[in-house]
Amino acid sequence: MSQRISMMCPARVLFISLSLLWLAGCSTTEQKEPEVPAMHSVEDVVNPDVNYVVDVYDPWGPMNRSIYNFNTQFDRYIFLPVVRGYEFILPTVAQDSVSNFFSNIGEIENFINSVLQLKPEATFTAAWRFAMNSTFGVLGLFDPATKLMDTPEWDEDFGQTLGHWGVGEGPYLVLPILGPSNLRDTTGLVADGLMFSAIDPLNFDNNDAEIPYYVLQAIDKRHQTKFRYYETGSAFEYELVRLLYGKYRDLEIAK
Amino acid sequence: MKFRSSVWVLFGLLTSVCAWAGTEGYTFPIKDPFAATVVGTPRDVAAEPKPLRGANIRNFHLKVFPDRATPDVFWFDERGLRTAVAYQDDKKAPLIFLIAGTGASFDSPKNRGMARAFYNAGFHVAAVSSSTHPNFIISASSSGFPGHIVDDSKDIYRVMELMMKRMGDKIEVTDYYVAGYSLGGAQAAFVSKLDEEKRSFNFKKVLMINPPVSLYNSVNILDKMLEENLPGGLDHFDAFVDRLMDAFTEVYTTVDHVEFNDEFLYTVYRNRPPKDDEPLAALIGTSFRMSSASMVFTTDVMTNSGYIVPKNRVLSTTENLGPYSKVAHRITFLQYFDELLYPYYKSKQPGLQRQALLDQLSLRSIESYLRNSDKIYVMHNADDLILKPGEINFFTDVFGSRAKIYPWGGHCGNMDYKVNVDHMLGLFADAGAGK
Repeated sequence: MSQRISMMCPARVLFISLSLLWLAGCSTTEQKEPEVPAMHSVEDVVNPDVNYVVDVYDPWGPMNRSIYNFNTQFDRYIFLPVVRGYEFILPTVAQDSVSNFFSNIGEIENFINSVLQLKPEATFTAAWRFAMNSTFGVLGLFDPATKLMDTPEWDEDFGQTLGHWGVGEGPYLVLPILGPSNLRDTTGLVADGLMFSAIDPLNFDNNDAEIPYYVLQAIDKRHQTKFRYYETGSAFEYELVRLLYGKYRDLEIAK
Repeated sequence: MKFRSSVWVLFGLLTSVCAWAGTEGYTFPIKDPFAATVVGTPRDVAAEPKPLRGANIRNFHLKVFPDRATPDVFWFDERGLRTAVAYQDDKKAPLIFLIAGTGASFDSPKNRGMARAFYNAGFHVAAVSSSTHPNFIISASSSGFPGHIVDDSKDIYRVMELMMKRMGDKIEVTDYYVAGYSLGGAQAAFVSKLDEEKRSFNFKKVLMINPPVSLYNSVNILDKMLEENLPGGLDHFDAFVDRLMDAFTEVYTTVDHVEFNDEFLYTVYRNRPPKDDEPLAALIGTSFRMSSASMVFTTDVMTNSGYIVPKNRVLSTTENLGPYSKVAHRITFLQYFDELLYPYYKSKQPGLQRQALLDQLSLRSIESYLRNSDKIYVMHNADDLILKPGEINFFTDVFGSRAKIYPWGGHCGNMDYKVNVDHMLGLFADAGAGK
């Protein structure tokens, strides 16, 4: 479900999405006939004493829903067509290598956050995988750590680190393009981004690879994410995704 | 009364034993029907035909009713009905339509599995969403009230015709076939019957996989599966979700190499099998309720029935639907039938009795057609949860040797099992497909 993609020119993304939101807000709704109460009305059925799983703390709901709609459109008309082109052009083996490469770089994030959570096994896993895949795996293009040594990735990020030390998830948040998140995980995303910039493993300070790197990473993430907006067709999809995102993150934090 | 029913049961047992004669040694690994229904076919025994190549799939949107406006709250569906056709390199080939089950879209995992199998066997494959899927209700349902199997099948038939029109001369179809699972299986038979009059396709063979006999009985079973298996009832659904999450967490944190994928539920089931069927039944009930809730909400908005949403209220693209979702998930399918579907049909046919409408929504209403039409086949499971006790005998009785009844597999749980897929393709072996 999660569809977190590392930061891709955040300022530009924000600008584009805000302008689209503004345009969307311009459409007006008109009302002709008077309303008649429903047979099964919300007032009659919903019991304030019941704990509904669909209720997630979402004070920024209206903004989140607008961004969710924007993401749907962006996915449909820009993101997925680009990903389909990518899948068409690149042979499957090469696509897997791209995924392996980014996953290998991601071991740095896994390592730091495993240390921060005082998890020796996860720390060792990240270090071992990074060492093996960077060498035998030809700079991370292959994944012998999983394929030959039976050591699959142990995903950790700063959002999980915060969760591990008891930080609550805070309000639900839908990020432009990146999708579902919450205040805790967004903070984590920024922290991970800052750590990555500080370490600068690919020496972006001295080359022009930064933008292509993030664009390719975004395409690869989307390529690996099976989720398609409104595949369920349900008008309640926003609520469902909101619920599942929180549950999924709880699981990740528990591990 | 009691005596008569027991005679029927006995008679049923005898006939079913005959139909199972060919299935001894059946080795589908999950014998519990609830577990099979929930976790499906484990990957290591699945047929796993090779995936479809992207280049040969045509995804398109159909404007079935060009003048119909899409309400703002369904803004994501304004392009029309989503469908897809996977076509062979060789233009000339047989084509099979696949109809998805209740609430499922044309590219649901089960439809995909079937599509891969048929495509690899040389068919063009055209996939259709269930008439109960919201996208279908919004774009392709003539009345907006899905659930009437005869009228739904007319809507599906219209979509099939449009799909072929849209494909134009991109393909050259030698013969047409149709298959469906669950509700889509029953609809395949009604679509075939309609085709006997309309003759757009002249279907050569029809396959029904795990269909209900009586829609009423099946939805009744599924409705109850949720409420009767939640300790304390629906008001305590949150506790059920918490227990489920505890089980997931336990497996996810203690078992090595667990990943979140199609196999996750199976991994959980293997490592932490529930003590009884209660949570599995509740899970099946939840899944069904989620489908029916989306369906009912969509119908309510499309027809402005004032059922959950106040009549004449216009919902915006960013409306908070949480409160409506709470209400919609409390509505059983039978309530929908009694409070929306039946009144709608009664308004069209004054004097229509409730039972008469229920009778129309059953395979029994076309029993003689099914009995005498040699081209219609069925694959089913003796322990299918959506059938009332004894209903499985309808198939052995009516279809005779055209029925293949597996001893277990639950509801559609064994559809991807290699043995089942081989049997399915075997039925179409004479189709003259390219490979």
